[in-house]
Amino acid sequence: MTKPSLAVWKFASCDGCQLSILDCEDELLAIAGAVDIANFPEASREVKPGPYTVSLVEGSITTPHDRERIQEVRAQSGVLVAIGACATAGGIQALRNFSDVKGFTDAVYASPQYISTLETSTAISDHVKVDFELHGCPIDKYQLIRVLTDLLQGRTPLLPSESVCLDCKRAGVVCVMVTKGEPCLGPVTHTGCNALCPSYNRACFGCFGPKNTPNTTALADRCTENLGLEDEQMIRLFRTFNAGAPAFRTESERYENQNH
Amino acid sequence: MQVYRFEADALNALIATLRERGYKVIAPTPMDGAVVLGEITDAGQLPRGYCDEQEKGVYRLKKTDRDAFFDFNVGPRSPKRYLFPTNHVLWRSRQENGRLEIYSESDDEKPFAFLGIRPCEMKAVAVQDRVLSKGPFADRIYSNRRQKALFIPVDCTRAGKTCFCTSMGGGPEATEGYHLALTEVIDENRHFFLARPGEENSVNLLECMQAVPATAEEIKQGRDLIEKTAACMGREVNTAGVAEMLAEYRDHPHWEEIGKRCMNCTNCTMVCPTCFCFEVEDHNDLTGQNTERTRQWDSCFNLSFTYQHGGSVRHTNKARYRQWLTHKFSAWHDQFGESGCVGCGRCITWCPVGIDVTEEIQMFQEKTS
Repeated sequence: MTKPSLAVWKFASCDGCQLSILDCEDELLAIAGAVDIANFPEASREVKPGPYTVSLVEGSITTPHDRERIQEVRAQSGVLVAIGACATAGGIQALRNFSDVKGFTDAVYASPQYISTLETSTAISDHVKVDFELHGCPIDKYQLIRVLTDLLQGRTPLLPSESVCLDCKRAGVVCVMVTKGEPCLGPVTHTGCNALCPSYNRACFGCFGPKNTPNTTALADRCTENLGLEDEQMIRLFRTFNAGAPAFRTESERYENQNH
Repeated sequence: MQVYRFEADALNALIATLRERGYKVIAPTPMDGAVVLGEITDAGQLPRGYCDEQEKGVYRLKKTDRDAFFDFNVGPRSPKRYLFPTNHVLWRSRQENGRLEIYSESDDEKPFAFLGIRPCEMKAVAVQDRVLSKGPFADRIYSNRRQKALFIPVDCTRAGKTCFCTSMGGGPEATEGYHLALTEVIDENRHFFLARPGEENSVNLLECMQAVPATAEEIKQGRDLIEKTAACMGREVNTAGVAEMLAEYRDHPHWEEIGKRCMNCTNCTMVCPTCFCFEVEDHNDLTGQNTERTRQWDSCFNLSFTYQHGGSVRHTNKARYRQWLTHKFSAWHDQFGESGCVGCGRCITWCPVGIDVTEEIQMFQEKTS
């Protein structure tokens, strides 16, 4: 029986999520044993032709060329998994969605007429059907291994989409919001990082994006009414790596438009 | 039973003796801005000279000008963490040469000696006993750890602003389930502990501390402190008719109002010393040959908690908060013959947006009267 094949694709991104795959180290041989790594230019020059059983797609769609390329990737992929904040929410570069992109290109480039870019940075699922989304900036390598394992066994991957608080409390970490009054996005953020930042006594900045049924308004009200945050700080709180995720975008716009 | 007295600096001898007898000593200790339960090996790790200020959604650890060891109220962790572990492997299996071998996981955790836990925590252990070890299906892990554990609670001589144990049938004095109950007494001249052995065979624990029978005056000093504490609870709940009220007003519009504030983040259920819900998951490795089944804490605030074919039963914040509050204060009576709340106040302090169960219950009482 031929091994299932794996392809890894890059769109607008920093490569950090692809590095998480290489960072698997101890498990890398097991992965290579379970799948044929057929197309992963960051790891190997050998590129085998598609179709591929599983495609991992990193990065967001920011150019007309990429908008077409993702269609080709979809056509060659059995299962398409979007990995990381860029692929699932547009990434940090989705900050452009709230600004004048032409103004940026004119200011930054000496010959802006050569720049071909879109007005927005969008998630892969805005363009093609995505079978599974793996969140985080970067993704968690253990979650990645779980997803690959489940896919190889023919199961629908099952990852928790609950709050970071759930894992924070399971790990016995002391709440930074309650003990220090820090604005922590943990209560509205998708778990999967094993409460990494709170474990180091720092508030969650939401790099895994919104959890299921996030009540961002209740959190934002607490931050402004009790923790002393100003409107400008609220906009910044929700506009980082997942600024384009609908729940975070709506909340930041509520403050930007003074609609709260 | 005879009440004993020992000097405060003898605590170290107690800890050493417990360790010699093979116990892992679990006691309050300061960590990252809170007093939490953790393993200690020395009395120097106790939160001596610390107190806490608690309010809804707020906890601040402070230094005091007293030398007391137990001048604080409960922190985010409770004995639940040790008796009902957050994550536990139930069994493993291995597939080899077409055969499937299943290995049951033994729990080789050392017995716990809980030192300095509070009377409300003792009561919470009794509540969990009824759920996890006294029903028709006793939980193996919990029952085993519970049976081997030793309890040395310290009475509360200070009530927190989110405390309401006296409303829930408890109080600042340990009354059940302990091996040795202590009261800390400190004034300008003296610093000692009163000790009440819970069982005949725990009297021998007193020897290592050179405990002597307490005088009537010393016993009165301790009693006065406990009575004073009982009189200054930070919160109060009038429980009369609460179970019936919550069951009756399931469609009251106030649930919707709470649902707007609740983030379904699970913090209240995680810190609650009686919440016992868990989920069970199977994982295998990439080869597909090695599998393990694990159990971890879950929460009724999670969407996945009621997931069935087609979706989740409780998909709104309102429905999930209502489930939790009515279970604690109403349905728990039907299931286990008592309330699921011991009035420790953790869910009030550790709610990131400061939702207060005592306020919400009062609100229902006002709106439905």
